[in-house]
Amino acid sequence: MLGKLSWAAIPFGQPIPLLAGAVVLVAILAVLAWVVIKGHLPYLWHEWITSVDHKRIGVMYVLLAMVMLLRGGSDAIMMRAQQAIAFQSQGYLPPEHYNQIFSAHGTIMIFFVGMPFVIGLMNLVVPLQLGVLDVAFPTLNSVGFWLTATGALLVNISLVVGEFARTGWLAFPPLSELVYSPGVGVDYYAWSLEISGVGTLVAGINLVTTVLKLRTRGMTMLRMPMFCWTTLASNLLIIAAFPILTATLTMLLLDRYLGFHFFTNEAGGNVMMFMNLIWAWGHPEVYILVLPAFGIFSEVVSTFSGKALFGYRSMVLATMAICVISFMVWLHHFFTMGAGPNVNAVFGIASMIIAVPTGVKIYNWLFTMYGGRVRFATPMMWAVGFMVTFILGGLTGVLVAVPPADFLLHNSLFLVAHFHNVIIGGVLFGAFAGYTYWFPKAFGFRLHEGLGKAAFWFTFAGFYVTFIPLYAAGMLGMTRRMQHYDVAEWRPWMIVAAIGMVVMIVGVIFQVLQLAVSIRRRAELRDATGDPWDGRSLEWATSSPPPVFNFAVLPNVTGEDAYWTIKSKAKQESLELREPDYRDIEMPRNSPTGFVCAFFASVMGFALIWHIWWMVILGLVGAFATFVVFAWRDHEEYVIPAHEVARVDRANRAERRAAMNFAGNPT
Amino acid sequence: MTDTTLPYSAHGDPHHLRGLVDDALGHEGPAPKRIVTGYGFWLFLLSDIVMFSCFFASYAVLLGQTAGGPSGAQLFDLRNVAAETALLLLSSFTCGLASISVDLRNARWYQAAMAATCVLGLGFLALEFREFSDLVARGAGPTRSAFLSAFFTLVGCHGLHVSVGILWLLTMMAQVYAKGFRADIRRRLLCFALFWHALDIIWVAIFSVVYLVGSAV
Repeated sequence: MLGKLSWAAIPFGQPIPLLAGAVVLVAILAVLAWVVIKGHLPYLWHEWITSVDHKRIGVMYVLLAMVMLLRGGSDAIMMRAQQAIAFQSQGYLPPEHYNQIFSAHGTIMIFFVGMPFVIGLMNLVVPLQLGVLDVAFPTLNSVGFWLTATGALLVNISLVVGEFARTGWLAFPPLSELVYSPGVGVDYYAWSLEISGVGTLVAGINLVTTVLKLRTRGMTMLRMPMFCWTTLASNLLIIAAFPILTATLTMLLLDRYLGFHFFTNEAGGNVMMFMNLIWAWGHPEVYILVLPAFGIFSEVVSTFSGKALFGYRSMVLATMAICVISFMVWLHHFFTMGAGPNVNAVFGIASMIIAVPTGVKIYNWLFTMYGGRVRFATPMMWAVGFMVTFILGGLTGVLVAVPPADFLLHNSLFLVAHFHNVIIGGVLFGAFAGYTYWFPKAFGFRLHEGLGKAAFWFTFAGFYVTFIPLYAAGMLGMTRRMQHYDVAEWRPWMIVAAIGMVVMIVGVIFQVLQLAVSIRRRAELRDATGDPWDGRSLEWATSSPPPVFNFAVLPNVTGEDAYWTIKSKAKQESLELREPDYRDIEMPRNSPTGFVCAFFASVMGFALIWHIWWMVILGLVGAFATFVVFAWRDHEEYVIPAHEVARVDRANRAERRAAMNFAGNPT
Repeated sequence: MTDTTLPYSAHGDPHHLRGLVDDALGHEGPAPKRIVTGYGFWLFLLSDIVMFSCFFASYAVLLGQTAGGPSGAQLFDLRNVAAETALLLLSSFTCGLASISVDLRNARWYQAAMAATCVLGLGFLALEFREFSDLVARGAGPTRSAFLSAFFTLVGCHGLHVSVGILWLLTMMAQVYAKGFRADIRRRLLCFALFWHALDIIWVAIFSVVYLVGSAV
């Protein structure tokens, strides 16, 4: 009846996951109870859960990322604590638990923190920057978000029902094959990534179509803000790379469920085929995450330097070069495979070449700051912190791109330090920069500056104290993923890293405080102008938060200049006393399709993990029924009548005009 | 709603985006909905082809890994494959007829052509099913060797696509029957036709790489 599921699946003997699970469960129930008692449920359902508004979906993506960041961060704290303690002892985490933690940490941080954070920001900002009403496929957008949330849900369920993979975040066979991992851990891993991978693919198709086919009049490709370019590159990579992940995990699942022999040790299976396939996805994935961050830094640096981005066209070229070359370097993840010196040389050189366009970008940002009036607001702090940190991470990356060096450093903590150096210093700093930069646009009030700067400094300092010791330990020969060790000279570095972790925790606390304090003081932090940073692109030409239709009249981009003039003109138009000719606007209707799809996907994923076959069929039938019901809708859209558009827009204009005059800044 | 409708605009052209003279460098603004939908679906098809290419690659890698079991030359019946190919290519032709009848707004021809496509698709699936069950009965199932795992996965994935396509096809027949050739339904039909033809392209690759190359080894 319930497949492999029984009471034995709940780890009553292990206090840590059980306690963590209980706390999370209580928190969820408390929030749900509060929502129901306060009567917020209809509001949540109509305004958020069924919303197809790209801004709302973007906010939900970012929220998901931040919640999962706390989960992945807790894993990190436990690992650093374990390695600080487990010198010539077992520490406090038994091996099978420790192995789940490092696997979950990597999986969560990449798939459920990095991905939703950047996709959320792209969702929120790109249609506004392009001057359009919504993304190309609003309902699919909602489906994509909810499928990502399904994946996150399954990973979290594994905390208390069953177990998570003990194989590392990429589940290399033969360890991940049924013979060596007979439990449900790898199945949790694979199904949650299969489901959220579909969600990511949908988001990628949506954003590429939006950038290429839905730009306001006059917004030619070379007038787009840099963030739109990096969004395009990143989502092209999603379309080309995520199907590889889907196919690879499908093969692994066929091995595990039906006894196929893709990656098994016997019957001709080929383990290295898995490595090649997974990294053919995995390396582009790195750029899927970091390219949007590069876009964010481009926006932030030029805004806070009060200058147009230096070398815009070279930046576009560098972005697209990275987009292409990122598919030609995957083998550097396993130089030790034994492909021979020629193959390794080709991939080593390609890996060094891809550093060139990245270097071009760094110089462009530096020259943008050069001679500008630089304002060190929180987003700019993150950007400058990124430049310093990312250069270091990039240099160690070029170092391990040299095959002979890689043979020594492969699988050591040096490598761990390197990729945290680029992912924290690049993606996470970028995400935080984007979060503080666009928060006022999304909600109409700024985040508290002082607390934001405190969060930056603690995270920045904590990062160095945590990860520089890992470089050193790696040089001393410490391999990654060690549950305990006996080498005395590694110990001090592990203790320093644990102290760094504490500093980073303080940074996280300030980040949470910043949000809480800013919400409480939202009246005094209110930004009525719609353009709190004196920004340079179209999203700042509308009110904050923007009306559901973004622009009462689509901006008309005529200038040849960089997007600064575009924004100035659009903003002037939207503020001047002469009103435009308001027309009716058709907007996509809200739809529960995404949520219902995700519900059935969750049921099906859970049933597949536990081999509950009748429930799998139920999920499939439900998904098809949802598809048909959605296809049978007669009214996909609703009309906002011209007088309503006019009413909303007039109120926004009046408020913004008043705020601008008060600030003594007529434009 | 017509084909020239802009995304989310009420009366065809609320912002006067159409028909305005543009300068050479100008950009006309958001594309019509039909273009947007078709473009997005093309992107999906490309991603689907990337997925198939992974299965093709794994087939190529594992082609010789028969683990002492039967090889392609011993297993493949090219006459059966030729019949499958004929059915699928014919179904693409009838699918093309259905697209023409959509353009002509001829519901009777449309339903007839779609029904023919469905029957041909089912015929293809029946032949494939027979081939698979025959192989399994001869002890050459997917668990026998890495080569057969790759074979069943690649060809089976295509078969799964055809099955989903038939489910979609039936849904579209019902939709046109219930609602007629509405603009949104015509956009879906455009996507369906693209999907069905893409399956043909993949089949051509399967025919050449899996069956022709496979039976030479």
